[in-house]
Amino acid sequence: MIKQLTASAIVALGLATGAAQAAGAGGEVHDVAFSFEGPFGKYDKEQLRRGLKVYTEVCSACHGLRYVPLRTLSDKGGPEYTEDEVRAYAAENFTIYDPELDDDRARVPADFFPTVSGEGMGPDLSLMAKARAGFHGPAGTGINQLVKGMGGAEYIAAFLTSFNGKEQEVAGQYLNGNDVFPGGWTSMPPQLEDGSVEYDDGHNNSAHHLAEDVSAFLMWTAEPKMMARKQAGFISVLMLVLLTSLLYLTNKKLWAPHKGKKFDA
Amino acid sequence: MSGIPHDHYEPKSGFEKWLDERLPIVGLAYGTLMIPTPKNLNWWWIWGIVLAFCLVMQIVTGIILVMHYTPHVDLAFASVEHIMRNVNGGHMIRYIHMNGASLFFLAVYIHIFRGLFYGSYKAPREITWIVGMIIYLLMMATGFMGYVLPWGQMSFWGATVITGLFGAIPFIGEPLQTFLLGGPAVDNATLNRFFSLHYLLPFVIAALVAVHIWAFHTTGNNNPTGVEVRRGSKEEAKKDTLPFWPYFVIKDLFALGLILIGFFAIVGFMPNYLGHPDNYIEANALATPAHIVPEWYFLPFYAILRAFTADVWVVQLVSFVTGGIIDAKFFGVLAMFGAIIVMALAPWLDTSSVRSGQYRPAFKWWYRLLLIDFVVLMWVGARDTNFPHDWISLIGSTYWFAYFLVILPLLGLFEKPSTPPATIEEDFNAHYPGAAE
Repeated sequence: MIKQLTASAIVALGLATGAAQAAGAGGEVHDVAFSFEGPFGKYDKEQLRRGLKVYTEVCSACHGLRYVPLRTLSDKGGPEYTEDEVRAYAAENFTIYDPELDDDRARVPADFFPTVSGEGMGPDLSLMAKARAGFHGPAGTGINQLVKGMGGAEYIAAFLTSFNGKEQEVAGQYLNGNDVFPGGWTSMPPQLEDGSVEYDDGHNNSAHHLAEDVSAFLMWTAEPKMMARKQAGFISVLMLVLLTSLLYLTNKKLWAPHKGKKFDA
Repeated sequence: MSGIPHDHYEPKSGFEKWLDERLPIVGLAYGTLMIPTPKNLNWWWIWGIVLAFCLVMQIVTGIILVMHYTPHVDLAFASVEHIMRNVNGGHMIRYIHMNGASLFFLAVYIHIFRGLFYGSYKAPREITWIVGMIIYLLMMATGFMGYVLPWGQMSFWGATVITGLFGAIPFIGEPLQTFLLGGPAVDNATLNRFFSLHYLLPFVIAALVAVHIWAFHTTGNNNPTGVEVRRGSKEEAKKDTLPFWPYFVIKDLFALGLILIGFFAIVGFMPNYLGHPDNYIEANALATPAHIVPEWYFLPFYAILRAFTADVWVVQLVSFVTGGIIDAKFFGVLAMFGAIIVMALAPWLDTSSVRSGQYRPAFKWWYRLLLIDFVVLMWVGARDTNFPHDWISLIGSTYWFAYFLVILPLLGLFEKPSTPPATIEEDFNAHYPGAAE
């Protein structure tokens, strides 16, 4: 039976790799060394600001961020704009219908980013970086995600830069070839080109950098409390190590006379 | 309370005597905490405390989550995001609750497999075992319904697939499914009743945990040798046991500390590792996810459910004999529940005269194969059903049933067990030579 299982496992591995190669269509999600990865990783404030600019100038035309309150742009661990800057940003870029005025007004920090829906519009991006996984396997074991992370931000960066220029029309819908999108065809047209967004800090704005910056920003919109979470995790682990060490010694001393052992402490 | 002779609580002060005559609650607590416990318990015996801790942790974090959650199809997903973004500490509470379910199931599986190896299910502990199995079933129901509450894509489609199982029951299936869902499909009524039951069942579990503890405090704990504590006199019993407090409480808390270090590392640094990304997409009845995969702790039984397809000859035979009443789908449902029922019947299927697997040379190998089988089923449960996964799940499922229905009954008849030590004291002293003096 063990022989059979081993044989099947080997076949399974072979098939899984074959399938992965077929689905990828040449495109692959590459691991990006984002600043927020790892137990001590932090969001890069400057990168989040650049990503916000890409979102505002490019993505926001078709994608909302309905779960993200504008005020959080000034939160610690985020892009960390001042409250005045956030007020100006909200007023400058987004309006909202106000039933009391029966008219549109400029958004304020207490409002959320817009909800965008309707014909030709794309999905909401608030949680996109957690709703996709860039890494899988090998063979359903989850080891890649353990080592590299879930890869949501990496997937977005790869998606934005993996358009292959092919086009087709299916049932009246124009589809664009994309090497990492499941199935290989997406209704979203390619958006980012070298220099399509001008950065205020003069940072390199090749398509590749634009994609990484907006992916980092979308990781923040999906997980704005990541810094607080890692800190809480770190403190919890530290306190538990202390408590557990004390319990270890207590336990050792408690049992020593019954096990006929000596305990000096 | 226990059949093992030991000291009982004696009320001393006037108030204690007054209270004890009216409500012997202090005596009950004393008897429970000071129960004589076999002193040779090894580290596999710490998972009970971990489970008790998990139950309390899930109830406490759950009650806080309920204060901010909205059980409505249009608002549930957004209210979870509200918890994650706007509630003070909400992201930690939710991640603890979410990963707490995984710790709970990890602990219950180790606890169950410990019982399977050391024969903890055998007479006179059948009631403890059966109550434990009921707790496990309720845990699965609670975990499943809890996963539906965030109203993500996996919540919705998981609920659709699993409630569909009830639809496979002949004759009454469809009306039953409609009754369970509160309508023709998973919708607001479903979400509301799942929320209600997800809040209720943990308290039922808590009550059954009390019964579980009551049962094994009546029979006394099993131990790695499977040899009973000597009950001739208090002195004799004392040679085999130590009181639960402080010896085992401190030992268990130390182990719990170690486990929580790992747990909080996961919560703090990779809280979404055990989840599925699709559940961060709001439920959409019009878009089916590419792969509907249950949480990891359901995978072995999910694999058994999927293993028995219409091209398996057993399924075809049963279908033919029953005139098509038991079709492949219903057969799969029966197999999934049957896999847990045969486990619950282990006390009567195991014919061996020796309790602990330590002294059963052949049993050890079959047991190890069962462990591997469980892991393989868990793995294959998340894969697609193409070749060779269909064969792997079929072989794995067959072994699961064979272990309980064929191997356990036959082993007891043919196996030559070695001799366990005469007493627990002897076993303990063999481990700690200094203790004998």
